[in-house]
Amino acid sequence: MTRLAHRPISEPLQEASAQEAVAPGAGFPNGEEIRRDFPILSERVHGKRLVYLDNGATSQKPWAVIHAIMRYYEQDNANIHRGVHTLSMRATEAHDAARRTVQHFLHAGEAREIVFVRGATEAINLVAQSYGRAHVTAGNEVLITAMEHHSNIVPWQMLCEEKQARLRVAPIDDCGELRMEEFEKLIGPRTRIVAVTHVSNALGTVNPLRRIIDLAHRQNVPVLVDGAQAAPHLPVDVQALDCDFYAFSGHKVYGPTGIGAIYGKAALLDAMPPYQGGGDMIRSVTFEKTTYNELPFKFEAGTPDIAGAIGLGAALEYVGALGMDNIAAHGQDLLAYATEAVGAIPGVRLIGTASQRAGVLSFVSDHVHPHDLGTILDREGVAIRTGHHCAQPVMDRFGIPATARASFAVYNTREDIDALVEGIAKAHEVFG
Amino acid sequence: MTELDELYQEVILEHSKAPRNYRRPEATNRTAEGYNPLCGDRFTVFLDMEGDAIRDIGFQGSGCAISRASASMMTQSVKGKSKEAAARLFEEFHRLVTGEAKTAEERTKLGKLAAFAGVSKFPVRVKCATLAWHTMQSALEGKQNVVSTE
Repeated sequence: MTRLAHRPISEPLQEASAQEAVAPGAGFPNGEEIRRDFPILSERVHGKRLVYLDNGATSQKPWAVIHAIMRYYEQDNANIHRGVHTLSMRATEAHDAARRTVQHFLHAGEAREIVFVRGATEAINLVAQSYGRAHVTAGNEVLITAMEHHSNIVPWQMLCEEKQARLRVAPIDDCGELRMEEFEKLIGPRTRIVAVTHVSNALGTVNPLRRIIDLAHRQNVPVLVDGAQAAPHLPVDVQALDCDFYAFSGHKVYGPTGIGAIYGKAALLDAMPPYQGGGDMIRSVTFEKTTYNELPFKFEAGTPDIAGAIGLGAALEYVGALGMDNIAAHGQDLLAYATEAVGAIPGVRLIGTASQRAGVLSFVSDHVHPHDLGTILDREGVAIRTGHHCAQPVMDRFGIPATARASFAVYNTREDIDALVEGIAKAHEVFG
Repeated sequence: MTELDELYQEVILEHSKAPRNYRRPEATNRTAEGYNPLCGDRFTVFLDMEGDAIRDIGFQGSGCAISRASASMMTQSVKGKSKEAAARLFEEFHRLVTGEAKTAEERTKLGKLAAFAGVSKFPVRVKCATLAWHTMQSALEGKQNVVSTE
């Protein structure tokens, strides 16, 4: 019995190999069981057990993903949508199956609403360049929030600059929560799109998306959700949210780098101009006129990252088998435990104390700079992120240059948090 | 001594906690700003130049222990030196932190700055150790742009 069969969200692509088999039993496997699914976690770092707490940057990959990519190159590799030969058909089928897996993961109504991209950054650029350039004109406004990652700021800045439109920023409070009354005031007749993160990568804040989307839709403004940090931690249902676009990166959800997806409502995607031109996105080409392909291929010019999509499919099968509700509960347990343990260390201040948080614990210490802490923790085998987390406006908002950030994944345990706390104590010893 | 102890030598910790010349000299006639976008370290170096000689030097800003201690000890080492001598010292310091200064003689020549030899075992921290130096260099050359170590 493989974990894939435990709670499938679609048919497994391939038979799972022996390494993926786990002991049968309902519910969430224990930490050591899950660690065994991730070969890199048996690496030693400076002679210590690896405690990987930099999952907000990228997650590690389970055997299921590694093997899916290997099997594709070993057995099925060919270009898709081209050949009548067997391998091309197999590759096409596997690629299509991966798209259906993403569809089910996001609870989208149709597979054609899922466009494969390189990641959340490209997803947002696609919407800004395609939807944005078609709808935003001089004097219009784009509304974002003060907790966005640079990838949900810069594409809109570029658009606004080109169109002489205005980028508006909804403020956050001292806890790192969106100030909803300000946000509501900022949506007006000039607003053309709202772009907001589901979970803040620097603060862990979970935004009240339903309210945000309701407020925007009342003014007929579509909403793009940056789901890069949410997808690994929370069940996502784009139909229940009623969001217009939802972007995420595969590599943060245990998939390979270089692959991600954007969900868009079919009616919106249909009406949007293509993002890039090339092969596969066209129906017919003459030098006079090109007819574009149907969704989602209109937005997928050129040979895609076929192996990446298959790897992403395998990753989402993996988390589907664990169950996103179970993963969310496990994440909440770790976050609560870490918040208490790290928050109790004298001289440590948590940055981001919103009532709803997920996946991320950001903090600063009076005694040690985040960068020095990162170096000392690394020598203990503990990997965290230090710096501004590509969210410089968030750092400015809190008047700090950087934070230390521990971010969690399915394979993390309370022992990992204990190792983090011991490491911080060690750093405090060094810096007295 | 572990690599970590070598990195965070007593003298480095001490300077990071109580940096010297952490001020803007009154007669400042050249300044430059240095920024490491990776970790958010940001320093301004102030020079009071008399001809080609550094009459006084100070710095302000925020950063990790390595960058702060390096800035502090740099100001002590270059005060009173000529522009050329300061540039030469930076070159020697750079060789030290990148592990190119192999001989004991090269290291002892640097005096107290030799404490930064441990940085060479932590390549990602070289930028921290050299940020203030790059910034000083830029001020000496009269450049206006913010120096970035990225």
